[in-house]
Amino acid sequence: MENLGTVLRIIAAKQTLPGALLPILHEIQEALGCIPSESVPPIAKALNLSRAEVHGVITYYHHFRQTPPGRHVVRVCCAEACQAVGGEALAEHARARLEGSDLTLEPVYCLGLCAIGPVLQIDETTLHARVTPEKFDTLMHALEEDQ
Amino acid sequence: MSVTVYVPGDAAALALGADSVADAIVTEAARCGINIRLVRNGSRGMLWLEPLVEVSTPRGRIAYGPVAAPDVSSLFAAGCMSGGAHPLGLGITDELPWLKRQQRLACRRIGVVDPHSLDDYLAQDGGEGLRCARAMAPVEIVRAVADSGLRGRGGAAFPTGIKWQTVLDTPATQKYVVCNADEGDSGTFSDRLLMEGDPFQLLEGMAIAGLAVEATMGYIYIRSEYPHAIAALNAALDGARNWLGDFEIEVRKGAGSYVCGEETALLESLEGRRGIVRAKPPLPAISGLFDQPTVINNVMTFGSVPDILARGASHYHEIGCGRSRGTLPFQLAGNIKYGGLVEVPFGLTLRELLYDFGGGSHSGRPLRAVQVGGPLGAYLPETQFDTVLDYEAFAAIGAGLGHGGIVAFDDTVDMARQARYAMKFCAIESCGKCTPCRIGSTRGVEVIDRIRDGQAEQVELLRDLCDTMTHGSLCAMGSMTSIPVLSALDHFSEDFRGMRA
Ligand SMILES: Cc1cc2nc3c(=O)[nH]c(=O)nc-3n(C[C@H](O)[C@H](O)[C@H](O)COP(=O)(O)O)c2cc1C
Ligand code: SF4
Ligand code: FES
Repeated sequence: MENLGTVLRIIAAKQTLPGALLPILHEIQEALGCIPSESVPPIAKALNLSRAEVHGVITYYHHFRQTPPGRHVVRVCCAEACQAVGGEALAEHARARLEGSDLTLEPVYCLGLCAIGPVLQIDETTLHARVTPEKFDTLMHALEEDQ
Repeated sequence: MSVTVYVPGDAAALALGADSVADAIVTEAARCGINIRLVRNGSRGMLWLEPLVEVSTPRGRIAYGPVAAPDVSSLFAAGCMSGGAHPLGLGITDELPWLKRQQRLACRRIGVVDPHSLDDYLAQDGGEGLRCARAMAPVEIVRAVADSGLRGRGGAAFPTGIKWQTVLDTPATQKYVVCNADEGDSGTFSDRLLMEGDPFQLLEGMAIAGLAVEATMGYIYIRSEYPHAIAALNAALDGARNWLGDFEIEVRKGAGSYVCGEETALLESLEGRRGIVRAKPPLPAISGLFDQPTVINNVMTFGSVPDILARGASHYHEIGCGRSRGTLPFQLAGNIKYGGLVEVPFGLTLRELLYDFGGGSHSGRPLRAVQVGGPLGAYLPETQFDTVLDYEAFAAIGAGLGHGGIVAFDDTVDMARQARYAMKFCAIESCGKCTPCRIGSTRGVEVIDRIRDGQAEQVELLRDLCDTMTHGSLCAMGSMTSIPVLSALDHFSEDFRGMRA
């Protein structure tokens, strides 16, 4: 299948790197949105690891996902500096607002924007600062409209 | 002739709309027939003023901020392209008191230089340290770093010269230089500002380390939460290969694990495994990455090195206080009016930072608690705000400076809730190797929940649990989680009386 071809190409390009596993996993997730289970056996084989070891690494790291996310991934910062300016209330609001939506909501522990919180990140590309619940709704509305 | 205009491309500025400001400026300049050269610089670190637009004039760089895209036409109407007066005008950037009162060394080019241009870096004294180092023997470089008194900026404050000496003294055919760019502490962003705003300086510091310990390969392990910094580093590396000579650097992306900032977990992760903490010894300096001698330092540690070589160890050593030499880039965060990057010599008080620089809380309410040094740092009450900012003074009150992050909370904070969060964060991020850390943190959340529900007698149990975690954990994740918890309990006991909101 198509995905497997991509996976094999990525493995071939990276497998000789020292400590190649994380770079391979990152590239697969960037290409496919997640790390599908069928990529585990070829990675294990190429890197001379057991499948359990590869699986263990995928599940250890918060960043890696095994199933495709929603149409967009929205990460709300839940760490202390954002808590100090209403981050928890924003996170709660976000949970309620995105219940049943096709957007994926995830906590993130600090984006390095700690003087202008609360902050959020959309799809690892876009950042927003000083996010109030109202501003959150406007941003999400725009994402939902943008089909 | 064209006018040089600076609009930061730093992630914080982007989060506040800098891209649309840059677009509006380009459009408006074209409409007015003004020829501009747009530079996407880093942030000057005055984050409440972002997006901070600067215009180069014969008087110096003139600042306007915070600028939103709709302000741009009125700025042009006011003649901002020649430094004209406008309600958003701030005057000459370098004369702003908030910047002027700092002593920027490691951060001096952030926001000033064009981070995409090696030529600009070299034109602004960049590269001097590496040039000097190339004419020195490895032992001489190590001695300069040792004599400067530089201590690691990642949190543990270990003398950098001693670490480098150990690596130099350990024979091996392949040695490594690893930069810890995991910057996981909430309230910290100085590494990010440097990587985005002056990336060549980090590369230079690593190359100097390579010469000092005879390593030819370097890795930068950077957290996945920093996509803009990753892009900035990769772009800088593309332009720097010739300049770096035989020293090679590769950027490796983390995967959302706080404990991977711990140096041995980081090495495990770089090698392609789960980020589980290794028992020490062996020290990474003797057996580190792929079992080879490895220098591992924080971004700001490497970032401090070029100047030490260029200006001499004694120049650096003369600055500071007690056994804390040089400057520390503090980061003012959380509920603070003027948040951002404050690089000053050790020796100010916390109160001076919070009020003279920070201007008090963002909300306008009284500051009640301040967490210094990240999620494993102590919560300090107002009565401790006069503590001097140096490693020893903080250790003396059971606290630490860590990576220099300062997170302010106003009087609406519920300290039992903050203590609960410290335990919860430990439970989420524990690598799982030690039972007190892995299980104890989850128990800690439950115990604090019971206290908040009115079972005050559970405070004893919480103290016991903290004691077990402190003494039964392999690394600081488990052993130092008790610091925020107990400092909250000791200084804000009124919040632990079971009046759960
Ligand atoms: C749980 C934990 C997280 C850490 N996170 C970081 C980090 O994000 N960045 C960092 O430079 N050091 C971090 N450290 C400290 C490193 O283990 C190590 O001391 C540092 O990389 C050494 O560099 P330095 O001497 O230049 O500070 C962490 C330590 C622990 C225990
Ligand atoms: S204290 Fe926690 S994070 Fe550190 S080694 Fe033990 S289990 Fe892992
Ligand atoms: S704590 Fe939210 S960005 Fe750092």
